[in-house]
Amino acid sequence: MKRLIALGLAAVLVAAACTSTNGDGGSITLYSGRSEDLVQPLIDQFSESTGITVTVKYAGSADLAATITEEGNSSPADVFFAQDPASLGTVALAGLFDELTDDVLSRVPSRFSDTNGAWVGISGRARVVVFDSSVVDPSAIPATEDGFTDPSWEGQVGIAPTNGSFLSFVAAKILTDGEQATLAWLEGMAANNSPKYPKNSPIVAAVNDGQIPVGLVNHYYLLRALAENPELPGDNHFFEVATAGGLVMPAGAGILKSSDSKDAAQEFVEFLLSEQAQEFFAQETFEYPLVPGIAANDLLPPIDTIETPDIDLSDLASVLDTATDLVARAGLL
Amino acid sequence: MTQAESIVEIDIEPAGTPTVPGGTTARKNTPWWLWAAAIAVLAPVAIPVLFLFARAFEATDAAWDTLWSFRTLRLIGRSFALTALVTMSATVIGVGGAWILARTDIAFARVWGVLFALPLVVPSYVLALAFVSATGPRGLIADVTGFATPHLIGLPGAWLALTIATYPYVYLITAAAITKIDPALEEAARSLGASPTRVFRTVILPQLRPSVGAGALLAALYTLSDFGAVSLMRFDAFTRVIYAQYSGRLDRTPAIVLSIVLILIAGVFIWGEQRTQGKGSYFTRSAMRPPSRYHLDTVQRIGATTALGVAVGIGVVLPVAVLVSWLVRGTASGADIFIPWRAIRGSLTAGSIAAVLAMVGAVPIVILTVRFASKKTRWIERGVFTMFSLPHITIAIAVIAFTIRYATPVYQSIVVLGLVYASMFLAQATSAAKASLLQVNPALEDASRSLGKGPIATYFRVTFPLMAKGLLAGGALVFVTTLKELPATLLLSPPGFTTLAVRIWSAADEGLFARAAASSLILIGVSILPVYYLSIRSKDSLGV
Repeated sequence: MKRLIALGLAAVLVAAACTSTNGDGGSITLYSGRSEDLVQPLIDQFSESTGITVTVKYAGSADLAATITEEGNSSPADVFFAQDPASLGTVALAGLFDELTDDVLSRVPSRFSDTNGAWVGISGRARVVVFDSSVVDPSAIPATEDGFTDPSWEGQVGIAPTNGSFLSFVAAKILTDGEQATLAWLEGMAANNSPKYPKNSPIVAAVNDGQIPVGLVNHYYLLRALAENPELPGDNHFFEVATAGGLVMPAGAGILKSSDSKDAAQEFVEFLLSEQAQEFFAQETFEYPLVPGIAANDLLPPIDTIETPDIDLSDLASVLDTATDLVARAGLL
Repeated sequence: MTQAESIVEIDIEPAGTPTVPGGTTARKNTPWWLWAAAIAVLAPVAIPVLFLFARAFEATDAAWDTLWSFRTLRLIGRSFALTALVTMSATVIGVGGAWILARTDIAFARVWGVLFALPLVVPSYVLALAFVSATGPRGLIADVTGFATPHLIGLPGAWLALTIATYPYVYLITAAAITKIDPALEEAARSLGASPTRVFRTVILPQLRPSVGAGALLAALYTLSDFGAVSLMRFDAFTRVIYAQYSGRLDRTPAIVLSIVLILIAGVFIWGEQRTQGKGSYFTRSAMRPPSRYHLDTVQRIGATTALGVAVGIGVVLPVAVLVSWLVRGTASGADIFIPWRAIRGSLTAGSIAAVLAMVGAVPIVILTVRFASKKTRWIERGVFTMFSLPHITIAIAVIAFTIRYATPVYQSIVVLGLVYASMFLAQATSAAKASLLQVNPALEDASRSLGKGPIATYFRVTFPLMAKGLLAGGALVFVTTLKELPATLLLSPPGFTTLAVRIWSAADEGLFARAAASSLILIGVSILPVYYLSIRSKDSLGV
């Protein structure tokens, strides 16, 4: 017993020693909804070149957005780096983001950033149809997601109705098609017994395993799976007409008003838009770089060729609750 | 244990040594400081949660619409059914395994004992992920054997994954108690001609009731609050809706209202367990000697070994095989695998702090609820089990909201995180410790008092040593459960702090299965030592 307590105390001391930070060029606290496996190497590069220590808290984007709104002006975070515009919009709606400088905002096409300059898009994630090329002919895939409510697709289309990206797509569909049409689509998917998954990666795995022929996901999960195992039968299909189902959602970042290290925070956001970081997103995470002039991965169609609906991404957060309500009303929760 | 055993051998008749008029300790007035200590243990998490619920009373219409929709009621029914099924199967497997391993002469009992408890350390989402990817026409089983099993999803999948994840609770707590049963009763029954099955049903099982009940309740509440396995198995459970409401809305009241409903469902199971609690005593009044082991004939030996083999095969061998196959495949295709030292350190830190705090917190609660059991103390127990059954994300959000307002200096500190773990998993520590304290004759404490020791000295000199093993077992349970915890870790940990469970989640979320496998295997490896300890201690009390 005594030994156990001693062990526990020792562990506390070790932990305390680990959490103390000291950097030459200052330090920032980053709340990252982007996972450690993806962005930590990039953050290490930043710390190495600037001497700024970055202490990161990793969690889901929506959870971090809610945490920041709860923390209000006492938030320990300096920068919020999120996967989706809805989470960024949540913080923007609460008025907790500082306005970014024009210099930062002008580096990215304005449709990928907040209208009021609260956050800037960093990398793009396209909604696509992932399909099993050994059983599905791409020409059989409908023109838009609306075709998947047809009874011929019963039980075949994997969706992740509780996932943030799916909800962002539903929110976009509300903005493009209206609440009624969106509800009807969700009800159609429910009536078709579309298999529900907790998130994107198990859908891609299910398609590759032959459990379902198609699924609605973000584009990069398949590319990562292929990088680990090039033999997989999965392939991505991009809708050829502008539709919410082909939305390009930026991951983005904003600086919190409550930050006490705004210069370092600004440096970090600028770094995310640097050529070095944008190349990293293109080659390592298989996302679309949003800074013009930097090419996407060879396996992807260029971003200019993707048809994407004409909506203001800043509005997504304000219809997020409605999106969740509709998903629940359709019986997909 | 030798010291404790020698005390037991003093052979005191309780009726002969009343220290106060009215008999044993149980009838004395409950000391106020014991109540104060028990309430102080519950407070750090109970207050924020109540604070959160109070805010939910300003609930929006959306919250009530969600709550009263037909679908929500159906989901409650489904969660209830799943929990009942898992609890039944986990109880049968757990008690059966405890009996075979502790009371028969099966070969390699010690090795089996560790392997049989090992599924405890595999996070339920990893179990589910492994089952999903092992089955089906392109699954690992089909790859290796050429025989395609059906896809394991939905109710059968969730049932299997959660049964495997929870039966070790029943097994460990029951195995600890099974060796402390007075063999005299059993021998008497057998000498009067009762068959071994009849002896088990009418003599052994009633004496094991508190342990089996505690283990089964832990299994039930774990199932009820599980999110990882049900979501990966695509079983529509109530927790899925709660998590979906949290992540899919700016307005959090619907999720909070739904959490309150989950507490009510948990209340049904807690109430049911307390209803079946007898008023009997479970301690021996005579000299304690270890019970004998039954000799198995060849057929029984093969049957028992097969039963253990199936459980270990599904719960340990299959998941480990899947993880290894991911690791091998990933490494072969050049995936960047590294040992996550920072996460290992974080996991060990979190687990140790949680275990120590939970053991310290369990002491007043167990003494209060065993030695001074009353209607009022049952509320303390209900509180402990309710915290175990709450979705971790609800607790995390409650603690964030509370600490940022009223305890800013400790916001996102390791201290708060440790307290939250200890509170969430306190039920495991109290269950294990309670089962062992119930088997301590209070007459021993009375003897100490009559020899001039005060109540506190008596607790330190007599009660603690006798319940120490149960308490340490509880600490080990809390340790391994903390290692698996994810939602509260993500939200409450200090920036820069990470654990193996977080690494697994992060890698699996991005589809980097080789990395997820590496962290999972390390997590299992780190947890083996406490499980080894948990399964060994039931043997050494046998004096084997």
